Amino acid sequence: MEHTHTPEYHLHAATPETYAAAKKEVKKVTIYLTVFTIIELILGYMLFLNHTTWGSGLVLFVKGVILIFMIVKAFYIVAYFMHLKHELKNMIMTIVVPLTLFIWFIIAFLADGNSYKNLNNSYDSYKLERSKTKVSAPAHGGSHGSEVKHPEQKAH
Amino acid sequence: MAANTATVQTKWWNGGKSPFNVEYGKLMMWYFLMSDAFTFGAFLIAYGTTRFASNSWPDPNVVFQSFPGLGSGLPLMFVSLMTFILIVSSVTMVLAVQAGHHNDKKGVVNNLILTIIGGFAFLGCQAWEWTHLFHEGAWWGRNPFINADGTAAGTNFTNFFFTITGFHGFHVFSGVIINIIMLIMTLNGTFERRGHYLMIEKAGLYWHFVDLVWVFVFTLFYLV
Repeated sequence: MEHTHTPEYHLHAATPETYAAAKKEVKKVTIYLTVFTIIELILGYMLFLNHTTWGSGLVLFVKGVILIFMIVKAFYIVAYFMHLKHELKNMIMTIVVPLTLFIWFIIAFLADGNSYKNLNNSYDSYKLERSKTKVSAPAHGGSHGSEVKHPEQKAH
Repeated sequence: MAANTATVQTKWWNGGKSPFNVEYGKLMMWYFLMSDAFTFGAFLIAYGTTRFASNSWPDPNVVFQSFPGLGSGLPLMFVSLMTFILIVSSVTMVLAVQAGHHNDKKGVVNNLILTIIGGFAFLGCQAWEWTHLFHEGAWWGRNPFINADGTAAGTNFTNFFFTITGFHGFHVFSGVIINIIMLIMTLNGTFERRGHYLMIEKAGLYWHFVDLVWVFVFTLFYLV
């Protein structure tokens, strides 16, 4: 077999043992991802069942936990499936450092959004009043007469 | 990673070798994915900002509660299926890349086929979701759903939903095309002749990125 180009980087050794070990790691990470997703879904379903009876603090806490699981899943996909964990430290940093700035981006804009809401509610009374006016479900039964309704929706 | 052996420190930046010990194409794929991550991130942050600026928002468990063939009243079921399809296709992609590392051409072929099937299955599901919502009156500029607190909702909800899932679906579609090309190249023996399956690895990075974005989209639109 001719190699037209010898790579100037060093590939890992490829033996049947490394193949088995690699497949084992994939299986482990797959189980983690599946379990975390199932937990997220259970929490999401509990939120759906209880969001009217739970206090807003508990609702926010559960949403926070779901978001943490989302980040953990992202870590496992990037580190193991995309192999980033096994790369050189400096390369990992070229990916991770900009993303820490991204966290600033997220916080700043969500805080801004929150500020828009507060300013609108304080100074735009027409908008505030409209946003508090309840409506009945649309005439054509927008959600195909679905069994799951908003708690506030008037019965048909 | 043997960046530092017992006696000799590898001089990574003196030329003659790749400083990060990776192929140029692989590093560039990572940086393309960073740019794509910023784009998706910007869309999702815009969505978040709009939601934070809103007094109320439609409840996803009311909007997304149908399952093909099983009717409605089943919140989270269909999106769970879509999520698992994409996760499993990511797993088969990792297995394809690993098979490539060990020059297991049959392993590469089989796992690529499974990944492609998973990709098409996801696209089919998303198409069904879009069609179903469209038939309920939802589209860009049209939102038939009301807010969770019973007040009238604007079109932000549907605009963001279709734009972001559409942009993601476009990436899934292009990823499937890339994977099909990878499969054809593998079957033709291109990588066997080259002596390495690094191209599969690069396609794998793109496919995992697509799965990663879905993890965020799924959580932020359907769960919280």
